[in-house]
Amino acid sequence: MHAFSISNRIACWWMIFRIALEERLAYRGDFALGTLMRFLPIITQIFLWLAVFESLGSGDASENQLAGYTFSNMVAYYLLSMLGRAFSSMPGLASTTAKQIREGEIKKYLIQPIDMIGFMLLGRVAHKIAYYAVAALPFAFVFFLCRGYFSGWPDAEVLVAFSVSLILAFLLGFFLDLCIGLVGFWFLEVSSLLFVYMLLNFFLSGHMFPLDLLPDPWSWLVDLLPFKYLAYFPAAVFLGKVERDQLWTEVGIELLWLLALALVARFLYARGVRRYSGFGG
Amino acid sequence: MSVEKVKSDHPNYWRVFLTFARNSLVRDMMFRTNFLLEAVSSLSWSLMNVGFYWIVFEHASSIGAQTGWGKYEFFVFMGTTWIINSLVQAFFMPNSEEFSEMIRTGGLDFAMLKPIDTQFLISFRKVSWSSLSNLLLGIVLVVLSLNQLATRAENPWRLEPASLLLYPLYIACGAAILYSLMICLAATSVWLGRNQTLYDFWFYITNFSRYPMEIYARGWGIPLWLIFTFVIPVLVVVNVPARLLAQPLTPRASWEWPLALFTLFATVACLLASRWVFQKALLSYRSASS
Repeated sequence: MHAFSISNRIACWWMIFRIALEERLAYRGDFALGTLMRFLPIITQIFLWLAVFESLGSGDASENQLAGYTFSNMVAYYLLSMLGRAFSSMPGLASTTAKQIREGEIKKYLIQPIDMIGFMLLGRVAHKIAYYAVAALPFAFVFFLCRGYFSGWPDAEVLVAFSVSLILAFLLGFFLDLCIGLVGFWFLEVSSLLFVYMLLNFFLSGHMFPLDLLPDPWSWLVDLLPFKYLAYFPAAVFLGKVERDQLWTEVGIELLWLLALALVARFLYARGVRRYSGFGG
Repeated sequence: MSVEKVKSDHPNYWRVFLTFARNSLVRDMMFRTNFLLEAVSSLSWSLMNVGFYWIVFEHASSIGAQTGWGKYEFFVFMGTTWIINSLVQAFFMPNSEEFSEMIRTGGLDFAMLKPIDTQFLISFRKVSWSSLSNLLLGIVLVVLSLNQLATRAENPWRLEPASLLLYPLYIACGAAILYSLMICLAATSVWLGRNQTLYDFWFYITNFSRYPMEIYARGWGIPLWLIFTFVIPVLVVVNVPARLLAQPLTPRASWEWPLALFTLFATVACLLASRWVFQKALLSYRSASS
């Protein structure tokens, strides 16, 4: 099926990428507005945490610490975790995959010389690039407004690790969601499973609060799971919460998770296609 | 239906509503597993929130210094949020969503031809029974937290007959304010066509209502506090009933009773405003069907 020369393949990938990019940029106005709106909850978070920090120990909220976070750290954490989520969240990926399986649309990948997982990955890369092209401005604007909560730029090594962790977060998020979607080969209706997964993801990725706040047996457990790389880890790296000698070990573990999940997705797809039967046209 | 019933000018709104509610229940019961799953998933979302604040209160003693929102007082607040939100989600959310859709598809013609008030028909057609699971959870949380407050050693909470009356009243006010806001947002689809960000907007606006209003009373929070109290009064929705129940009725700060009175006024104003916006929207409506 894949009897294609390399140059043909690259041309094919390029085309897939371009189509997805154009598709995305069609609604850029709605897009930019939506991105800016997504920062509104940060306002309530700022006030909520300021109130919480005030009630800790001494009267001065800016001096108090909670699980190693000052008030500024906390706000910076939320902003950075939103950046992490902008990379790792895959809106609609799992549900579309499951829907394509359920409604038989997946046939088109079986009869065309295109690899489904590769096609979807390229589509997502294009979507994300289009997203950043539009969202960069609102993001930069909000980060600029909130620059007071950051204590300067970290050094080059941390910045490199931060960038790597963001890219890995994108890939990890992609394969996690894809695996959930591919479960649709076995259970046709996965919407409730998806909801549970979304909840766990929100909680365990550190999108809701910094995972350092968790009490002991829980923090140990959450540390073992891959979800923390989706939002918590990039933010923690940027804020210097990850020990310097641990930095690259952690990135390595993230890479292993990525490989494992990519293999699981391949396996699920191969197995799923074997039990899949499409009817009608 | 008897001939007299058909002839009467005013349909019995209460009976129509009961029919709507029964129909929705019958529909929900056709897909029982789905119903259960919906209930469980909204419950798990709420429980996760309890988990989050439980963790916060492991570290902090209260939300804001000297505000009186300690752990269990805040849980009363959160339970109140769920009660009001679940009422809105059960009765108004599915209908508002459908309203925008009807404007877009032209299905509103059908509703306008019915011999009943169009706003009533649009607002109460469906009841999402599974959303009421959060109402139960909210009540359980409020009762459990009040029990904790009542049995604590210093300054225990006492049940005041007045709050038994005022709490449900202000819950109803809160739900009415949110309803008005929601129907206004949905009605704007007449002018804007389909606009998905409106629902995000709804989510982000109500986000402000979920915390004690004291947290905004500083610096650049004060304009926010003013806007969300007096222009779009979402801040009073949960704050007034929760405060009535969780904090002792006397003594009260001087601003609290005026705020409670203002809430009553705001409820009436919001309902009237929603009526006005709704009628305006109907006037601008041009059918979209073929």
